[in-house]
Amino acid sequence: MTLWWIGNAVLLLAILPVVVYLLNGVLKAANGIVPSVNQIATVAAAGSKDLDATALLLTTQDQVRQTVAGVADYGGSLDVILDDAEEK
Amino acid sequence: MPAAGVVTILAVVLIVLALVYYLVSTIVALRKIADGLDQVIASVGEIVEKSAPVNDVVTDINDNLDAAVSALEGLLVKKAGMRDAVGLVDGLYPGAAAQGLRDLPESREVTPPRIGEVYTRGTLTLARLGREAPIAMGNPAGPALRNPAYGSSAARTLYAEVRPARSPVIGTDAPVQYEEREDVGRPRKRFARTKYV
Repeated sequence: MTLWWIGNAVLLLAILPVVVYLLNGVLKAANGIVPSVNQIATVAAAGSKDLDATALLLTTQDQVRQTVAGVADYGGSLDVILDDAEEK
Repeated sequence: MPAAGVVTILAVVLIVLALVYYLVSTIVALRKIADGLDQVIASVGEIVEKSAPVNDVVTDINDNLDAAVSALEGLLVKKAGMRDAVGLVDGLYPGAAAQGLRDLPESREVTPPRIGEVYTRGTLTLARLGREAPIAMGNPAGPALRNPAYGSSAARTLYAEVRPARSPVIGTDAPVQYEEREDVGRPRKRFARTKYV
């Protein structure tokens, strides 16, 4: 009977606090991750929204091609119009 | 049932209750995390999808611009000569002569001439007359030498203090000399007479 009481005391005074302590730590860690994940989700959504303008790169690409083609045409005309530099 | 048995059952119930409470709370927190990660994955997927063509497009743009730069540099050197081309580039972007022209490594060894002597003689003449020529207005390295928007203050610097509100002092005694003349003090050039038949 004495051993039984000792076992009860160990159960209540040692095992139960340890279990509560460990589980509490796990719960705190899990709860600590939630705000971080929410922030990451917000930032990722904002990053995705920022990239909406990347579609305009296709327009830029096309305009650069046209501009370079125009510059090439002007360069060809200048090449014909202007004399070459004299060799010194 | 002995009292010790009741205490044992009570202890076990307490432990089970603690396990249930904390484990359920942990499950709820993990579900929130999973929901948040689902949103993150969706947004990251959008980012990957939107940024997928960027590399190819930017590479194509750079290739086109590289070709344009090479062609323009080649044309400039062909028409102006290496020395003047480097001088022009250095005049527009001070210090750029040290880097030289990209496709012409030998241009780094060229000593750039003063661009005012080569290309901007007319511009400097306007500046001397207070016409506010926008010399190097597009220079990214700094402000314009002469600001056309506030030209009066710049123009006043051309006047001698003893001659306010009069014509700018030009000539050899001018307070500001923009360029040296090589023929000062020498006999005046005389052109040969052209015979008309």
